[in-house]
Amino acid sequence: MEASNISDRIAAGQRRWKLRKAIDIIARRVVQIGGISVIAAIALIFLFLLSVVYPLFGQPSIDEIGQYQTPGTNDKTIYLAIEEQAEIGLRVGDSGSVLFFDVENGEPILERNLPIAADNSITSFRVVNETSGLLAVGLHSGELLFFQHNYELEFTETSRIIHPDILYPYGEDAFHVAEGPLLDFAIGSNEDSTTIIARTTDGKIVFQSFEKESSFIDEATTLEIGDRNQIITVDPILGLLVDPEQEWAYILTQDGSLSAYDIRENDFNLREKVQVTEGDVHPTLLKFLTGGISILIGDSSGNLSQWFQVRSDGDLEFRLDKIRDTRIGNSAIVSLATEQLRKGVIAATQAGKIKLLYTTSERDLLSLSASESAIQTLAVAPRADIFIAEDRNRNIKVWDIDNHHPETSLSALWGKVWYEDYVKPDYIWQSSSASSDFEPKYSLVPLTFGTLKAAFYAMLFAMPLAICGAIFTAYFMAPPMRAIVKPSIEIMEALPTVILGFLAGLWLAPFVELHLPGVFSIFVLMPIGIILLSLVWWKLPGSAKRFIPEGWQAAALIIPLILIALLCVGVSPFIERLLFDGNVRIWMSEELGIGFDQRNALIIGIAMGFAVIPTIFSIAEDAIFSVPKHLTSGSLALGATPWQTLVRVVLLSASPGIFSAVMIGFGRAVGETMIVLMATGNTPVMDFSIFQGMRTLSANIAVELPESEVDSTHYRILFLAAFVLFIFTFFFNTVAEIVRQRLRKKYSSL
Amino acid sequence: MNTEKLGFFKSGTPWVWLNAGAVSISMIMVVGLLVLIAVRGLGHFWPKTIWEIDYLDSGTQVVLLGERAKVEIVPAKQLVASGLHADFEEELVERTLLKIGNRDMYGVDFKLVVKPNEQAVRKPVDAIVFERTQWGNFYGFLQSLSESGDVLDVKPDALWDELQIRLERVDELRDEIHEIEKYDIGKINYKIEKLRLRERRIELSGVSDPEASANIKAQRKIEDDAYEVLKGELEKLYAAITRDQAVMTIQNGQEKRINLADIIKATRPNAMGLGTKVAHYFVNLKNFVSDDPREANTEGGIFPAIFGTVMMVLLMSVIVTPFGVIAAIYLREYAKQGFITRLVRISVNNLAGVPSIVYGVFGLGFFVYFLGGNIDQLFYPEALPSPTFGSGGLLWASLTLALLTVPVVIVATEEGLSRIPSSVREGSLALGATKAETLWRTVIPMASPAMMTGLILAVARAAGEVAPLMLVGAVKLAPSLPLDLNAPFLHLERKFMHLGFHIYDVGFQSPNVEAARPLVYATALILVVVIILLNLSAIYFRNHLREKYRTMEH
Repeated sequence: MEASNISDRIAAGQRRWKLRKAIDIIARRVVQIGGISVIAAIALIFLFLLSVVYPLFGQPSIDEIGQYQTPGTNDKTIYLAIEEQAEIGLRVGDSGSVLFFDVENGEPILERNLPIAADNSITSFRVVNETSGLLAVGLHSGELLFFQHNYELEFTETSRIIHPDILYPYGEDAFHVAEGPLLDFAIGSNEDSTTIIARTTDGKIVFQSFEKESSFIDEATTLEIGDRNQIITVDPILGLLVDPEQEWAYILTQDGSLSAYDIRENDFNLREKVQVTEGDVHPTLLKFLTGGISILIGDSSGNLSQWFQVRSDGDLEFRLDKIRDTRIGNSAIVSLATEQLRKGVIAATQAGKIKLLYTTSERDLLSLSASESAIQTLAVAPRADIFIAEDRNRNIKVWDIDNHHPETSLSALWGKVWYEDYVKPDYIWQSSSASSDFEPKYSLVPLTFGTLKAAFYAMLFAMPLAICGAIFTAYFMAPPMRAIVKPSIEIMEALPTVILGFLAGLWLAPFVELHLPGVFSIFVLMPIGIILLSLVWWKLPGSAKRFIPEGWQAAALIIPLILIALLCVGVSPFIERLLFDGNVRIWMSEELGIGFDQRNALIIGIAMGFAVIPTIFSIAEDAIFSVPKHLTSGSLALGATPWQTLVRVVLLSASPGIFSAVMIGFGRAVGETMIVLMATGNTPVMDFSIFQGMRTLSANIAVELPESEVDSTHYRILFLAAFVLFIFTFFFNTVAEIVRQRLRKKYSSL
Repeated sequence: MNTEKLGFFKSGTPWVWLNAGAVSISMIMVVGLLVLIAVRGLGHFWPKTIWEIDYLDSGTQVVLLGERAKVEIVPAKQLVASGLHADFEEELVERTLLKIGNRDMYGVDFKLVVKPNEQAVRKPVDAIVFERTQWGNFYGFLQSLSESGDVLDVKPDALWDELQIRLERVDELRDEIHEIEKYDIGKINYKIEKLRLRERRIELSGVSDPEASANIKAQRKIEDDAYEVLKGELEKLYAAITRDQAVMTIQNGQEKRINLADIIKATRPNAMGLGTKVAHYFVNLKNFVSDDPREANTEGGIFPAIFGTVMMVLLMSVIVTPFGVIAAIYLREYAKQGFITRLVRISVNNLAGVPSIVYGVFGLGFFVYFLGGNIDQLFYPEALPSPTFGSGGLLWASLTLALLTVPVVIVATEEGLSRIPSSVREGSLALGATKAETLWRTVIPMASPAMMTGLILAVARAAGEVAPLMLVGAVKLAPSLPLDLNAPFLHLERKFMHLGFHIYDVGFQSPNVEAARPLVYATALILVVVIILLNLSAIYFRNHLREKYRTMEH
C-alpha cells in the first residue's frame, strides 16, 4: 500500500515532469519559430524590394513561335501589321490585295481588294497613323486612297472574337493630288488637318493640305482640299517625311543630304540642310520614331542614327542634330519597325540580321540572325509583345518578345540623356504626361540631388546646434537642469514630422518670406550676442558672477536670446526699407539675379534640422557623457582649464560617438518624407541655391507611387528609389552602429 | 584653477557660452513650437469678436463685417508690389486678414485690409455668426424670421430668442435625418450590396441555383420596401426642416435669406460675457472631437480621424506586441550569442532608422498588391474588378506599421531582458524550474515594464507616421468607419481616416487652405498632446524599471 503509494506519486511526478519538459520544448520551438520568422519578415522587405526592382535590369528574351510562307496572293508585300491582341496579322500587297491572317500559323482569315481600277496601279504606300490603323496608297494616276484596318471585339460567354475589316474613313474615292504617278509621298495628320507631300516622275515635290471637317450628325470626317504648292528638285530622292503637327517636311536625297522645310505657311521654306552620311555610305531608310519628332535614318553600312530638331541656346533657330547612332550589322539596313507606345525600334539588315534597341536608354536589347536573305518587311504588335519579319523568299517568321523595361539602363537612370525636344543631354525626371507617345524621363539624378541638398541644409542647421548643445549638456550643465533638458529634447524626436512639415509649409515659409532680413540677422546676431553676453558676464565682479553659477548659463541665456530674436524680427521691415529698397525678394532678383521660392531649402534646413537635432543630440550627448571621469579628472588635475580638457581630452575620445551621431542624423534627413513633401515646391530642379526648392526621392515616391500602374517601369523605378533609400540609410546606420560599439568597448576597457 | 588670469578668449568662456547658447536655442525652439501649436490650436475654439469696419476699398467706400484672423506689419512697398492701390503716407502698415465669410455671396472667405484705409471700426453687439452646413461661416444681422415664407411677427428684441428656439427644433430634426441616413439606410445599402455579391458569386460559380436566386430576389424586395418606407419618412423630415428661414442683412443693407436647416450654430460673440465665451469654448472643443468633418474637411470635427487612428494603432499593437516580444526573447534567451546574433541585432537596430516611406512602399507592393490581390482572386472574386483587400485598408496599414515599429519593441524588450540580473534566472533554474517556466514566471513579469515601454514608443511612432499610410490606406474622407453595427462589425478592408494624414490633406490639398488653417492647428495640437503623453508615460515606465533593478542588484 505504502510502497505503491510512493511509486504512484513517483509516477505522477514523472508524468508531470514529462509534461513540463514537453511544455518547455514546445515553448522553445514556438519562440524559435516566432523569433526567426520575425527576423525573416524583416529580411523579406529587402528581398521583396529587390525582386520588384530586378526585372528593370533583366535582359529581354525572345522565342520563335511560328514560321510559314507568306499567305495570300503572289504579289510583293508592301506592308505588314499586327493588331492589338497580337492574334491577327494584316498584309497589304502591291497589287491592292489586303489579307488578314492568323499571326501564329499564317492561315488566311479575310481577303479584301482595294477599289483600284484595272488601268491604275499602286505606286507607293505610307502609314498615316499607326495607332488608328489609317493607311494610304499612292496611285499611278496621281491619286491617293485612304483605307483603315479595323478590328471589332466581340465578347461571348466563354471567349473573345475579333472581327477584322477594311474601312474607308474618307470614302472609297481617291483624292487627286498630283499630275502623274505618285512615286513617293509622306503624310502628316492630326485632329484638324492633314498634309501630304508627294513626289512625281518629273522631279516635282507637290505639297497638298487638307482640312478635316467633322460632321456632327454621324461623326464622320471628310477631307476638304486646301492649299497646293510645289517645288522642283534635281537630286534623286530617297524619302520624304511630314511630322504629325505639319510644321516640318523633310526630304532626304539618295546621297545623304537631309533638308528640313518649314511648312507652317503651307509652302516649302528651306530652313536647313545637313549631310547625314559620309563618303561611300549612303542612306537606305527614313522613318519617324513614335511621336513624329525624331527621324531615324538607316544607311548602307548598317548604321542607324537618330536626328531631331534642336532649338539652339539663345536664339530661336532650330537645327537638325544627330542625337545618337548605333550599329545594327555590317550590311545595309533594309527595314525598320517602331514600337507604337514606346521609343523602341526593330531594325533588319540586308544579311538577315535583326536587332532590337531602345533609343532613350541607348540599350541594344538583343540581336538575332533571322534569315539567310534580306528581311523585307517587319511588323511589331502595338503592345510590343510579338513581332514578325518577312524575308525576300516570302518566308514569315514570328517571335514572341518578353521586353518589359527597355527604358531603363544605368546610363538612363544616372547619366545625362538627350531627350526629344531638349537642347542638350540633361538629367530630367518627368515620369508622366497627358500624351501617349510621350518620352518618359527617368533620371534619378535630380531626385538624388534634391535629397542630398535637403539633407545638407538640414545638417548645416542641425549639426552646430545639436553637437554644441550635446557638449554643454553632457559636460558643463548642472545635473538638475540636465534632468529637464535631456528628456525634453528627446521628446522633440517623437514629434510627428507631419506637424513639422505643416508648420514649415504654412507658418514658417510665409513668415520667412515676410521677414527675410530679420531671419538672416538672427543667424548672424545670435552667436555675436552670446559672445557679448559672455563678455559682460566675464567683466562682472566676482560677487555678481554668482548669480549665474557654472552650469546654468543655458538657462540664463534663454531670455536674452528670445529678445535678440524678437528684435531681429521687429527691425526686419526697417532693414528691408533701408538696405533693400522695401522688398528684399525683388531686390535679390534684380540686383543678384537670385530667384526666390517661398518653400525653399532654407525652410527645409530649419524644419528638417529641427527634426534631426534630437537624434544627433541624444547620441552625441551619450557619447560625451560616458567618457570615463578619471580621464577628465586627470586632465583637470594637471592644470588644464575645463575648456582645454573638453577640447583635448573629452571631444577627442568621444569623436567616434559624435561621428556616428552625425551619420544617423544624416540617414534620418535623407529618408524624411513629410517635411520635404509639405515644405518644398516638389519641383525636380537641380539648383543648389538656398532660396530654391527641390524634390527628394522620398517625396517623389509619396507623390507618384499611388498613381503608378503596378509592374510598369515607372512603378519599378519608384521601388528602385525606395531600395536606394533603404540601402543608403542601412549602410549609414550600420557604420554608425559599429563605430559606437567599438567606442563602448574602448570605454569599458579604460 | 583660476581662469581669470588667462585672457577672455583663452579661458574658453565664450565657447562655453556658445555651447550653452545652442542648448538654449534648442529649448526655445521646442517650447516655442509647442506654444505656437497650443495657442493657435486652442485659439480656434474661442468665440472671436466681430468687427464692423468702414473701409476704403480702391477708392470706394464699403462696410465690412468679420473676424480679424491675422494681423501683421508689412512694408508698404510689398503691398504695392502685390497690387494694392495705396494712397497713404506710411511706409510700414498694419495689415489684417479679415474673415468676412459669406462665401456664397462674395466668392472668398477672406479679405486683406490695411489700417490706413480703415475709416471707422465698431463692435456691433447684435452681429451674428452662423456656422453653416455649407459655404462656411455667415456674418450679418438678423432682420426677421419667416415660417413657410411668411414673416413672423416677433418684436426685434425677442427675435434672437425665437431664433434659438427654432434652431433647436431644426437640430432635433437634423439628428433624426442623420439617424435614418447614416444608420438605417446605411444598413440597407450594406445588405443590398451583400446580396448583389451573393448573386454574382452564384453567377460566377456557373451552376444555376434557382432556389438561391429566388431567395435573393425576395430578400432584395424586403430591403427595397424598407428603403421606400425610410425614403418617405425622410421626405417628410426634409419638408419639416426647411420650414423656417432667417432674413439677414449683410454689408450695405443687402438682404439674404438663410434656411435654418443650413445653420448648425448661431452665436453673437460681441454680446457674450466671459463666462458665456468659456462655455462656448468648451462646447466648440467637444464638437470638434466628436463631429464628422464638413466641407471637404475644412470645417466640422475630426471624429473619424481620431477613430481611425485609434483603430489602426490598436490593431497594430495587437500584431506587434507578441511578435516583437517573442523575437526579443529568442534573441536574448534562446539564440546562441555569437556573430550571427550580433549581426541580427545590428540589423534590427538599423531598421528603426530606415525611412518610413520605404515601409510604405513595401506595404503597398507586398501586402496590398501581392497578398491583397491574391486574397481577392481567391475569396472575393464576386466583387472584382473593384478590389476588396487589393487596395489599401485598415489591415494593411496596421501590418505595415507593425513592421515599422517591431524594431522598437524588440530593442526595448531586449534592453529590459538584459537588465534582469542573471542571478534571478539561475536561482529559478536551480530550484528546478524549466527554462519556459523561468521565463514565464520570473523573467517576463520582471521585464514587462520594458515591454510596455517598447509598446508605448511603438504606438507613439505609429500614431505620428503619415508617409507610409499615404500609400497603404489612409484617405481624406472615408465613407464609413471601420467599425460599425453591420456584421462582421470590424471591417479590416475599409479605408480609414488618420489624424496625421488629415493634417497633411487639409493643410496642403484643401481647396480653401486659409479657412482650414485653424482647424489644422487644432488637429495638430491633439496629435501632439497624445504623442507627448505616450512618450512621457514610456519615460516614466523606463525610469521606474531602472529604479527597480537598481535596488535588486544590491
